Amino acid sequence: MTLFLQFAIAGITMGALYSLIALGFVLIYKSSKILNFAQGEFVLVGGYVGLFFITKLGLPIWLGVVLLVATLALLGFVIEKLTIRPLVGQPILAIIIMTLGLSLLINGTVICITGSELGTFPQFIPTAPIKIGGAVFSQVYAWCFGIAVILVALSTYFFLYTRYGLYMRATAESHEVAQSVGIKVRSTFTLAWVIAAAIGGIGGFLLGIIMGVSGDLSEFGLKVFPVVLLGGLESIPGAIIGGMVIGLLENVAAGYLDPLMGGGVTEVFPYIIMVIILIFKPYGLFGLTRIERI
Amino acid sequence: MELPCGVSKSTYAQDMAVVHTRTQWGLLGILLALLCGLPFFLNSLWLGIVIHTSIVLIAVLGLHILTGLCGQISLGQAAFLGVGAYASTLLCAKLNSPLPISIIGAAIFSGCFGIIFGLPALRVKGFYLAMSTLAAQFIIIYLFIHVRFAGGSQGIFVPIPQFLESKINLYFIIMGTAVLATAFAKNISRTKAGRIFVAIRDNDLAAEVIGIRLSYYKLLAFFICSLYAGIAGALYSLYIGHINYEHFSLMDSIWYLGMLVVGGLGSTSGAVFGVIFISLLSKGTSLLASQMPSLGPQVASTIGIIVFGLILVLFLIFEPRGLSHRWEIFKKFYRIWPFSY
Repeated sequence: MTLFLQFAIAGITMGALYSLIALGFVLIYKSSKILNFAQGEFVLVGGYVGLFFITKLGLPIWLGVVLLVATLALLGFVIEKLTIRPLVGQPILAIIIMTLGLSLLINGTVICITGSELGTFPQFIPTAPIKIGGAVFSQVYAWCFGIAVILVALSTYFFLYTRYGLYMRATAESHEVAQSVGIKVRSTFTLAWVIAAAIGGIGGFLLGIIMGVSGDLSEFGLKVFPVVLLGGLESIPGAIIGGMVIGLLENVAAGYLDPLMGGGVTEVFPYIIMVIILIFKPYGLFGLTRIERI
Repeated sequence: MELPCGVSKSTYAQDMAVVHTRTQWGLLGILLALLCGLPFFLNSLWLGIVIHTSIVLIAVLGLHILTGLCGQISLGQAAFLGVGAYASTLLCAKLNSPLPISIIGAAIFSGCFGIIFGLPALRVKGFYLAMSTLAAQFIIIYLFIHVRFAGGSQGIFVPIPQFLESKINLYFIIMGTAVLATAFAKNISRTKAGRIFVAIRDNDLAAEVIGIRLSYYKLLAFFICSLYAGIAGALYSLYIGHINYEHFSLMDSIWYLGMLVVGGLGSTSGAVFGVIFISLLSKGTSLLASQMPSLGPQVASTIGIIVFGLILVLFLIFEPRGLSHRWEIFKKFYRIWPFSY
């Protein structure tokens, strides 16, 4: 039982971070129907930019995080303006290839500059471990979980109760209708990319606190796909629940199966879940079932 | 298809021919002669590059049939290459089967794997299908590492027959297969199955309404694609001599898709152009970077990926129809040159 709790706590923390990263993906998909394969690269860039500002330049944490968000927002803005805008209305394959190409470009550039070396943030979270029902875990998990939950809540609030959130939901409904009632559809697209990049960057920062910044961070971008498929591509609650479920299942399964299978379950288990979802419920828990006409 | 003026056709067979004029026959003959003579005046570095490029060409041609013709996106082509490589090696090493049989066996085995992971295509398409092939990529790589007789993360050594020790013999086998594969891919697009693939790509619901068995043909496309991948993988294992899961990563699958897009989706010549262009480009940049050690090792190791990503982005923005479209424009231009009015 203690063992289970140990795995579950690590899993839920990871799950909260998955939710955060997946939220950026869903935001872009909802407003512009663009599938962003480069979400993991925002995580990677976030980790290394945070490392640059906080560890290399020695800025205080809060200033470093603000600068990180600003940098990532700029990155999202530039990407949307230069590369995604020309693709509006193109077939889905072009969009997938474009974001894949972007992810290669960003990933290669980051590794070229940093050499993919492992970096850590200065210790600013108390190290005393926490005990819950016999399970012992470090405080970092609790903090990261808390921050991720707050950010997810903030994004949900933004989406549901602010003017720009309303614009985004309207754009998601129909581009033409939104345009006709005076919403600037283009700037809504840009806003979605800016927010997604910023959220991904913070996700990278939090992951960097837990496990150190390295080139592996970009792999979390691919873990987003099982999450959003479980929750449904268009659904924000889906992304939140999907992230938690995938994180939990992955860690618990890895905890129990790794000794039997010889390791590596974490890498493959989310994708096995994904295949099962695709076979039995391809549009996820809360996704819209598409009706096609000729 | 546009032809030079003065070419007249009086039979259906003439109209359907791939090679129309004497000049085209001549050029084809010169190309084949050139390919035959190539290994005798290339040094071993460039011979290796040509062999590797032709293996990649076989893999990309398979993807061309699945993605370019049938419109089903696959992010797992490299894993199917791996299935072919492991199957052929294990057949050779454990069952002592002769080489041709193990290559054919590997191709069929890989094709069946393709059918299994193509099954979701019966229910979903587009992004969802891309996701199921992405899952295939990860699951197959996991199997390579963890299935007991596949040698784990160290991989396995490939038993290479005596007569393939020389690179020139290997070149002739691989290049011959690549030429046959190209001809086969070109001809598939002119058969009934090829036209059905294009109909499915353009609108699968409409295709079903006019009486096409959608499930059969989608799975057929997956089978042919993985068959090509299996052959390419088996040949690849002979070329490198030691296979390991790292040779068949997601990155390679993305490279294959990218080559297809840069060349031009949906045309066989596009696949050939894309493979040659991207292979030469990546080899060229990495050679160039290794010539300049002052840039540091990390630049040399990542410059290929950066350039490839940049090329993909630029092509999608400025020439989404790819190199083959440019080639058509060029042909039109020189046929009427210098009297373009």
